[in-house]
Amino acid sequence: MILYCARFDKALSPFMSLSLADVEKVARLARLAMNDEELKAAQSQLNNIFGLIAEMQAVDTKGIVPMSHAQDVAQRLREDKVTETNQREAFQAIAPQVEMGLYLVPQVIE
Amino acid sequence: MLNYSLTQLGAAMRAKKISSIELTKSYLDRISKLNPQLNAFITLNPEVSLAQARAADARLAAGNAEPLTGIPIAQKDIFCAKGWLTTCGSKMLHNFVSPYDAHVISQFNNAGAVNLGKTNMDEFAMGSSNETSHYGPVKNPWDTARVPGGSSGGTAAAVAARLCAAATGTDTGGSIRQPAALCGISGLKPTYGVVSRYGMIAFASSLDQAGPMGRNAEDLALLLNTMAGFDERDSTSLQRDKEDYTRDLNKPLNGLRIGLPKEFFAEGMGADVAKAIDAAIAEYKKLGATVVDISLPNSRLSVPVYYVLAPAEASSNLSRFDGVRYGYRAPEYGDLADMYEKSRAQGFGAEVKRRIMIGTYVLSHGYYDAYYLQAQKIRRLIAQDFTEAYKQCDVIMGPTSPSTAFKLGEKGDDPVQMYLSDIYTIAVNLAGLPGMSIPCGFGANDMPVGLQIIGNYFDEARMLNVAHQYQLATDWHSRAPQGL
Repeated sequence: MILYCARFDKALSPFMSLSLADVEKVARLARLAMNDEELKAAQSQLNNIFGLIAEMQAVDTKGIVPMSHAQDVAQRLREDKVTETNQREAFQAIAPQVEMGLYLVPQVIE
Repeated sequence: MLNYSLTQLGAAMRAKKISSIELTKSYLDRISKLNPQLNAFITLNPEVSLAQARAADARLAAGNAEPLTGIPIAQKDIFCAKGWLTTCGSKMLHNFVSPYDAHVISQFNNAGAVNLGKTNMDEFAMGSSNETSHYGPVKNPWDTARVPGGSSGGTAAAVAARLCAAATGTDTGGSIRQPAALCGISGLKPTYGVVSRYGMIAFASSLDQAGPMGRNAEDLALLLNTMAGFDERDSTSLQRDKEDYTRDLNKPLNGLRIGLPKEFFAEGMGADVAKAIDAAIAEYKKLGATVVDISLPNSRLSVPVYYVLAPAEASSNLSRFDGVRYGYRAPEYGDLADMYEKSRAQGFGAEVKRRIMIGTYVLSHGYYDAYYLQAQKIRRLIAQDFTEAYKQCDVIMGPTSPSTAFKLGEKGDDPVQMYLSDIYTIAVNLAGLPGMSIPCGFGANDMPVGLQIIGNYFDEARMLNVAHQYQLATDWHSRAPQGL
């Protein structure tokens, strides 16, 4: 029981305020370039939003099965066969940069 | 003819009183006259629309027309349409000409409908006022200083201003119903899984659902007949028999049990909205319905649960926008990571970035159980409240939005205030239930009020019946904004 409480305290910790370093880490994980000013603005807005979300923590959900689809349907399976046709030219016509059928990005491997 | 229902328009075309070409041209003229004030459309493609109208006229002449053949319908810019610029309201997709059709678009094409244009919307459907669109805010046709609601605000404004016969929307947390209410039109979000999401740009996949928006319930039934149906390309599409959603329109309402959730009639709802809703309930009693008091005790948790689940799913869905295969790429960058970070920082607007960050945080290591899993568990509690309630009633009614349309910029700086404007609509998405909004009067500043009708799973035909009978007895749905 004591062990459970300790774990629960830890689970509550995310509901505390986000530091500037937290926000910086989230921006990096989300692949969003942000300057200091933007990070500070994001910090205060995110903390307001997490203040709204914090109401969830007090709800007892022991034994409740998480819900992802209202009809609780299982993922439908299909036969393992090719259904798509090759549309490389149509798809690459809208790409930012292509060459000889390949998508170009900055060099990844030295 | 601007106020004709879809049935009347179809009959007029079959009787050769008007051709689809003439009808399409008249709407395109009206759009070019009024869109500069309203900004309801992002993209028009008159040549394509008129070619579709010509094909529809040929089909009408050949005698194999369907109910929607030749009818000009505007499409929310979230639906990919082959050869059409499809922006989703974002700079990220400012140059994305879709190479394929969404299921909803193919369904309308097969029915012979005319695609009149792509309507403006909040960026990636994230917003309740249409102010987050990269293409500028939409104005409410009833008062252009006010918002049309969101995220399907372009669609709602276009229908209200008679810039199209009908249109499509999508609803993740209220994005069909709230703008329908604020613009004085009718809109229906079907049961989750009834309309395919294939080719509909994803926001929060477990909540997103497309639906029709129009001037009355009868039109919505016809549109839903075309939009609904199983599609194997959407893994959450439900395998069910095809339904005729018009089948119950004319049933009397004697004995209908209307559930009124006490939580929806508590503090928070504007007095002007409450007055219109009470009058609508009184009208339903005159039509033979009875009223039952019900409770949805967990509905107060809808907003917090939604602002965990929707951003979490969005952060995952929007990771595909990386500047590599399509869409915006930053003009200058260093290495690959820098290209991703700059393209995304420049391509996404502030609200989208905010939600991606919330989602990234709640899904990050160590926080998943406390946020995402806890939210999914409470989601079930919210859904169970409805299941309990439907043991005592046939439909649930209440306000769609706590207030009428607010002014542009009024809630701009405070995301939390904006989020709370969806307080009555979000629970319906979390439960996966069908919901609709129909006009039921006017509140402060003579702005429209919407009545929300929530049905049990797959009860769309009954909801449309309930709405249609009210619209036979009242004329709120036929009021049009003046001065346009």
